[in-house]
Amino acid sequence: MTSAMEIYQLLPKTNCKECNESTCMAFAVALLSGSRQYTECPPLIKDDKFHNSRIKLEEILKPIQGAEETGLIVHEELCSGCGNCVVACPVNVANDPHGSGRGFGPTNDKVIFRVIDGKVKAANIEECRRFGKNRIMCNACIDPCPTEAIEFV
Amino acid sequence: MSDITTWICTGCALLCEDIQVYAANGQIEKVEHACMMGKARVTGCKHTAKPMVDHTEVTIDKAISKAVHILKNADNPVLYGWGNSTSQAQIAGIELARVLNAVIDSTSSFCQGITINEILQGHMPSCTLEEVREKADVILYWGADPMSSHPRHLSKYSYFPRGDMRQHGYEEDRKAIAIDVRQSRTAKICKDMFYRIPPGSDLEFMKALLDALDGKVPKLSFDMDIKRLLELATLLKQCEFGVIFAGLGLVYSIKEDIQILSGLISKLNELSNFSLIPMVGHFNMRGFNHNLFNETGYIHSVKFTDKGPLSGVEYSIIEQLKGNADAMLIIGSDPLASLPGALLEQIENIPLILIDPCENLTTRAADVTIPCKASGIEEGGTAYRMDGEIIELSPFIQSNGMSDEMIIQRIIKEID
Repeated sequence: MTSAMEIYQLLPKTNCKECNESTCMAFAVALLSGSRQYTECPPLIKDDKFHNSRIKLEEILKPIQGAEETGLIVHEELCSGCGNCVVACPVNVANDPHGSGRGFGPTNDKVIFRVIDGKVKAANIEECRRFGKNRIMCNACIDPCPTEAIEFV
Repeated sequence: MSDITTWICTGCALLCEDIQVYAANGQIEKVEHACMMGKARVTGCKHTAKPMVDHTEVTIDKAISKAVHILKNADNPVLYGWGNSTSQAQIAGIELARVLNAVIDSTSSFCQGITINEILQGHMPSCTLEEVREKADVILYWGADPMSSHPRHLSKYSYFPRGDMRQHGYEEDRKAIAIDVRQSRTAKICKDMFYRIPPGSDLEFMKALLDALDGKVPKLSFDMDIKRLLELATLLKQCEFGVIFAGLGLVYSIKEDIQILSGLISKLNELSNFSLIPMVGHFNMRGFNHNLFNETGYIHSVKFTDKGPLSGVEYSIIEQLKGNADAMLIIGSDPLASLPGALLEQIENIPLILIDPCENLTTRAADVTIPCKASGIEEGGTAYRMDGEIIELSPFIQSNGMSDEMIIQRIIKEID
């Protein structure tokens, strides 16, 4: 999983404030959260010496752009559609106890995870335990995934 | 507006019955709840097979006539495959073997045959996958990696779901154990209950486990903390409903010493309650064993003679490919892709008939190709799930082709 420090190492590290953040580290954290784009750093874009940094940033920030509000990313290319996350997710179980909770495909639309065309898809993300005021660091979907197809950033 | 059909997946021997297929104007738009293997199965062939004789396209009637000619003129024809055929096609195939005095066999003669034989002979207790979901508290995957071979195994039946007696599911109520030579995807899920053993040492591990169950100090020639083995023995003793999923890794390793596995199951049943389910691959591979057993009393490697059916290792596909076979009918199987190359030299020298819905590697070598409907998709019937339960298949695509059962029946009719 990408860290703020990893992103920071690719920034100019001059704390020039041209991006309106107080430090380059603060800008790195904003990039990690998905609230800012690396193109909003003027020195990084203007100076050719950061060419390789821009390519690397593009690469490591790509998955973050697809992240849900909870930071959830599903790497579909790794997913085998086994449905472990569908059955293990506590929200799926609570909202569909006789379907997902018993190992079957979900029987209603209130679930977060369901397998479509052999790949897991996430919906109703506001129901995720990592979302909202009383959020907790639940990892019930990541833990049973044998291919590491699910991550939170 | 899409039509929604509930489909029984024939992607593997789990035969998942909750798949939703959305189709409009004869085109599949979406498949819900199926894993990648199921999705690939429902999507169908990349290239559908065409009726061919000597690599030239012909009518299906001519292809069948040529197949009849080959089979009639062979002294020792071999009928092989059957894992992807319905039970009805398998029973017709057994009748064809009887008519031809042929050898009939499936992949089970070199994979799960020995475990299925023990179950059918009543030497080893088994149970259903529903019982595993509702009751199992200890699940042992031995030489098996269902996360790769049967992706929904753990989520639908064996580990993750909440069952009637296992309301807390995997979090508290179930223990999953993996014994394997490598850290497979399944072993990763089992975490610290993964026992890594060197290749070929399953019997040694099994004997050491039997010693531990007897209260003796087990000995192992390879590096493993004996305390972990004792912990495993304690866990197996204390379980309420245990199940061993025997994979090919275990079957290949124990070879003919199946009685030691039977002994382990017996011992476990003296101390607690254990069943065994073989990890069957193709969707009706187990059905072939059951149907042949019902017809002949043998589960594979059968040669029909005027005096009745015979069975033995000399009638297995492996031995037949070493020289005896002088014609082969392959149905629902792709031996050129799945069997070792050294065994396949003989195939090039004998007439080969292939019945399959799709083009595959064996199609290229076949003298006669007869396309059939895809079982469970274009044609219904019944199949045996990996636990031996009979499941009614539900086709959802209308097509004008012939089913594999119809083709076999037609061959029988033309031979007579």
